[in-house]
Amino acid sequence: MAQLEEVSIEQFKHLVSERALTGETMLLNMGPQHPSTHGVLRLLLELDGEIVVNCIPDIGYLHTGIEKNMEAKTYQKAEVMTDRLDYMNTMGNNLAYVMAVEKLVDVDVPPRAQALRVILVELQRIASHLVWLGTSGLDLGAMSMFLYCFREREQILDIFELVSGQRMMTTYIRPGGVWRDVPVEFEKAVRDFLKTFPKRIDEYETLLTKNPLFIDRMVDIGYLSKETALSYGVTGPTLRASGVDWDLRKARPYCGYEQYDFNVPVLNEGDTYARYLVRIQEFRESLKIVEQAMNKLPMGPVRSENRKFVPPPRSEIGVSMESLIHHFKLWTEGFPAPKASIYSAIESPRGEQGIFLEGDGGPKPLRVHLRTPSFDNLAVVPQIVKGHLVADLVAILASIDIVLGDIDR
Amino acid sequence: MDKKLEPIVKAVQAKFGATLEEFRDEAHLFVKPEQIVEALTFLRDEQNFELLSALTAVDYYPQETPRFHVIYQLTSIAKNLSVQVRVPVNGSSPKVQTATRVFESANWRERELLDMFGIEIEGHPDPRRILMPEGTEGHPLRKDFPLGYEEPQFTFNFDEINLQKPYAKE
Repeated sequence: MAQLEEVSIEQFKHLVSERALTGETMLLNMGPQHPSTHGVLRLLLELDGEIVVNCIPDIGYLHTGIEKNMEAKTYQKAEVMTDRLDYMNTMGNNLAYVMAVEKLVDVDVPPRAQALRVILVELQRIASHLVWLGTSGLDLGAMSMFLYCFREREQILDIFELVSGQRMMTTYIRPGGVWRDVPVEFEKAVRDFLKTFPKRIDEYETLLTKNPLFIDRMVDIGYLSKETALSYGVTGPTLRASGVDWDLRKARPYCGYEQYDFNVPVLNEGDTYARYLVRIQEFRESLKIVEQAMNKLPMGPVRSENRKFVPPPRSEIGVSMESLIHHFKLWTEGFPAPKASIYSAIESPRGEQGIFLEGDGGPKPLRVHLRTPSFDNLAVVPQIVKGHLVADLVAILASIDIVLGDIDR
Repeated sequence: MDKKLEPIVKAVQAKFGATLEEFRDEAHLFVKPEQIVEALTFLRDEQNFELLSALTAVDYYPQETPRFHVIYQLTSIAKNLSVQVRVPVNGSSPKVQTATRVFESANWRERELLDMFGIEIEGHPDPRRILMPEGTEGHPLRKDFPLGYEEPQFTFNFDEINLQKPYAKE
């Protein structure tokens, strides 16, 4: 296995300026253990005083080989790995993977399951943005934001616990529908959240949006142009803050997003403040979607009746021989998928969450590639931090909203 | 396949002699390794595919020719279309040209290809491993790389296993 080697400047010669080699500028490690890197991320900074000349991200500290592990599991069992990917967006990862499997083997999903998926994924988007708002507030010295945001996030995690039994690693969305129907308390819990949360967003905005200290730290910091963003493959709110109107929920509606009336916030400024404003507006848009989906939520089954791919409910196993056989076959052997590949993507809180899935005719995938938005969003950071102060680098990283589990996979 | 995609696929087929495979309304175009940079440039500049959504590879081991397919998933925001370009690469000294001059996002993803599949990237500006530590032997996502197993560490075998771990020791 790996031999540990001494790191020398020779490796980074082509990435730093001439002045670093003469010792005129300083090389400084930020991370891998640093509160502002939002995980185990190491940034090798070349500094001229306080000014960042070059920034070399070093990733892989959280690499867990999820892609390789998924190849060794059946399609159903591989799903639990996706929860561990981007741990701020567990429902979204489940949905992305499950949609890829459904597209590969062609399973239908009942309307009630589709609506439930939309509700939960939008709640997850709010929870993820809350963590972003709290931690980026913390990075900029607004300690109280963190406490307020985590108070609201708790409400969402309680809803997840209600439906799936787990707060974070839910695996609630399954191929062909969802695990089981939501309990009766679900409606009240979501309605309560819908009632309290709009006032909370107003409170956050009162604390931050017009706060002169906050604006000083954010406006004109970390400008990202439209062309750079596209070339670097940046997606999600970061791209929309640079003036590109691209949201997969609008452009390629899935799970019935076309039925809901919502806007996609787009700003042209491209700075840290614009990225903040886009996410704040997304809170309100997500709430609109959840409210409409709750009002429309149809009755009916929550799992497909296609027994070749979806296990039968527990109540049937005791009375039907076929159900018992299907149950046994699906959980021991799994279902075969065709020898073909598909790429399917959803809009996660951070951008395009794509799954490339290739089957080989058997019950295990030949290859799963997780196209994670944070990976590309981090790759653009070295370009936009050049010439800024170290303290601004913290603000920029916070505004990009990276999750290291998503980058390293 | 989407109606709007048909003329684009025809254009690529005519220009690069690409073969087409379709599955569930996705179009996969097979291009020769030496033409990939031209094909990507053509798709970006003349067909508005401005976003490289994903770049990855598939290992078809034990098949040797071609052993890998390198996959470029392109998205057009202006036209709302997707197309996949595949490049077959042989198992002995696998190699593709770098796409970093066309899409900056190819930089890190090609480093991932190099790291995970051992596919050499010709002309890459920064050919280092990206996820695995420097000095790792082998390429984990290759099919002939074992999945691996780590023996659980308990009190009775703690020291024995600890000795085998690659920690920095003083």
